Amino acid sequence: MKLRELATEALEGVGAKPGRLLISVLGSVVGIGALVLTIGLGQTAAGQLASHFDAIAATHVEAVPAGVRGADGKEHASSPLPTDAVERVTALAGVESAALLGEVPLGGAELTAVPVHDPALAPVTPPAVWAADGDVIGALDGHLQRGRFFDAGHVARGDRVVVLGREAADDLGVHEIDSRPSVFLGTTAYTVIGILDAASTRRELLAAAIIPITAARHDFPGMPPPDTLALRIALGASELVGHQVPIALDSAHPENVSIAAALSTTTLETGVRGDVDTVFFAIGVITLLAGGLGIANVTLLSVSERTGEIGLRRALGASRRQIAGQFVLESLVVGVLGGMVGSATGVAAVVTVSAIRGWTPVLDLTLTLACTALGGAVGLLAGAYPSVRAARIEPAEALRGGAG
Amino acid sequence: MTERADDDAVVVELRQLSRTFGREAPVTALSAVDLVIRRGDHLSITGPSGAGKSTMLNILGLLDRPSAGEYLLDGAPTSPLDDRRRSALRGSRIGFVFQSFHLLPTRSVLGNVLLAFTYGDVPRAERMRRAIGALDRVGLSHRRDFSPVTLSGGERQRVAIARAVCAGPALLLADEPTGNLDRSTADSVLALFDELNADGLTLVVITHDARVADRARRQVRIADGRLTEEPPAAKRSERDRMASA
Repeated sequence: MKLRELATEALEGVGAKPGRLLISVLGSVVGIGALVLTIGLGQTAAGQLASHFDAIAATHVEAVPAGVRGADGKEHASSPLPTDAVERVTALAGVESAALLGEVPLGGAELTAVPVHDPALAPVTPPAVWAADGDVIGALDGHLQRGRFFDAGHVARGDRVVVLGREAADDLGVHEIDSRPSVFLGTTAYTVIGILDAASTRRELLAAAIIPITAARHDFPGMPPPDTLALRIALGASELVGHQVPIALDSAHPENVSIAAALSTTTLETGVRGDVDTVFFAIGVITLLAGGLGIANVTLLSVSERTGEIGLRRALGASRRQIAGQFVLESLVVGVLGGMVGSATGVAAVVTVSAIRGWTPVLDLTLTLACTALGGAVGLLAGAYPSVRAARIEPAEALRGGAG
Repeated sequence: MTERADDDAVVVELRQLSRTFGREAPVTALSAVDLVIRRGDHLSITGPSGAGKSTMLNILGLLDRPSAGEYLLDGAPTSPLDDRRRSALRGSRIGFVFQSFHLLPTRSVLGNVLLAFTYGDVPRAERMRRAIGALDRVGLSHRRDFSPVTLSGGERQRVAIARAVCAGPALLLADEPTGNLDRSTADSVLALFDELNADGLTLVVITHDARVADRARRQVRIADGRLTEEPPAAKRSERDRMASA
C-alpha cells in the first residue's frame, strides 16, 4: 500500500463522520487557539511595554561625568558637573526639562519623622536623601501623588523643604501633607511639600527624600557635586543633545561628559517579556495537552466504533502496521486541521482583542506555522495509543460485529 | 474474474490441523483436521454452534493461526509467513463474504468494491475496470454511485460479493451469507454463488441452513472440533430413500 493510498484512506476516514471530526478537531482548535492567543497576547502586551520603554528611552537621557582610568587602573569621574548645569542646558534646542541630581551623604544623620532616637524601636534602614535642582518631575518622567515639587524659588532661597518618594513616605508614616508635616534630617526639620508617586527613569527616588540642592549644600557642607544631569529631550533630538550638552557643560573638555539613555530598557523589557511569555506559554501548553487528550479520546472512540471496518480491512489484506498507520495518519490529519483552524482562530482573537484594547497586534508569523505543526505533532502523539489498539484488534472477532 | 485452469489443482490442504484456545483450561475448536479443497470445489461447512465452524473459516482465511498441523494455500505452507505476507496473501488470494455485509456506509457502492484493491498492487485503471466488471457480474452496475444504505439486503450482499471476487481470489469464503436475508433474496444470492462457482471460483460456505449446505457439491460437518465429510445431497437422499424402503 502506497503512502498516497494510506493518505486517501485516512482522509476518507476522517471525513466520513463530520460530527466526530468536529468534536475531535475542536479539542486541538481550542488548544492551539489558546496557545496562539496567549502567546500572541503576550507578544502584543510585551510590544506595548516595549513601545512605552522605547518612548522613554528616546526622550530621556542623562549626562554624567565621563569616567577616566586613573593611574591605579580604576575608573574615576573625570570632573564634576557644574553647579549651574541646569541653566546651561535648558536653553539648548531639543532640551525640554533638566534636573541636576546627587545623593547626599548624610554622615551619620538620619532622615526620621521624629528627631528622637528611641532605642526600643527596631532599627530600619533610613531613606536615602537626594539633592536636586531644576525640573525633576519633567526630567524623570515623574508624577506626584500629593502636593508639589520644590521650584526655582525654593532652590534659590535654600528652603528646607522635602519631597518624599512614596515608599519613603510610607516608611516615615507621612500620608497627609496638608498640615505641612516635618521630617528631620538629623535634627534639622524639613517641611514635606509633596509625595512622589512615580519616576520612570529613577525608580530609586521613590524610596528616597529629595531636597533642594542649595539646602543640601548648606546643611551638608561636605556634599560632593551632583553627578547626574537628567534631561527630557524632544523626540529625535538625541543626536543633537548628545553633541551640544557636553559642550554646554564643559566647553573646554566636552569629552569629560558622557550622555546615555536614562534607563536600561533591555533588562527590564526582557524581564517583563520573559515573565509574560512564560505564564502565557504555560497556559497554552496545558490547554493544548487537554486538546491532545481530546483527540486521543475521540480517536479511541473511533477505533471502538470502527471495529467492524478494521476487521473488514484486515480481511481485505491490510496488515496490522497498515491499520495502525491509517489511524495514526487520521489522528495526524485531525491534529493538523485543528492546528490550522486553531492558529487562524488564535490570530483572529489576538487581532480582535488588540483592536478592542487599541493595541498594535504583534504576532510572530512563524508561530502560526509552528502551531499548525504542533497540532500535527499532538495529533500524532494522541493517535499513537489508539492506533496500536486498532492494530491489535483480532479481525476474526472484529468481523463478528458490525453491519452495513 | 477467476480463471479456470488445472481443475484438479489443490487450493487448500489442511494436514492434521488443530486449534486450541486458552492455556490453563484449553478448549479444542479443531482437532487433527485433514481437508483438501480443489480448484472449483463448492464446499459447505455445517455444524452446531461452537463446533468450530468460525475457527475453520478464520484459519482458512488466514485470519487466525493453527495451534498444530499445517495449512497449505496453493501448495505453499502458510505457517512460516509473517503478518505482512499473510495479509498480502489474504488480500490477493482470498475473498470474504460476511453475514452482516460489512459495507462502509460513507462510500458509494463502487467505492466499497474498490476497497478490495486498497492493499494490493493492481494499477488504478485496472482496478476501476475490474470493480465495474464485478458489479456488472452481480447485476448492480446501475447502482454503482448509490450509497449502500439505500440498497436492499440482497443488493448489499451482492455488493459484498462483488467486492470479494473483484480482485480475482483463488478461494471465496462465505460466512452465513444468507443469514440476514429473506428466502427469495437468499435464493438469488445462492444462485449467484452457483454461477461464480460454475465459472471456476472455489467456494467454501459456512452455514447453519441445510438448504444452503445442500447446494454445495461437497458437504463437511464439524462436531466437537472433528470434521467428517458427508455424501452429496443427491446421494444422501437416495441413500435415505433406500434405507426407508
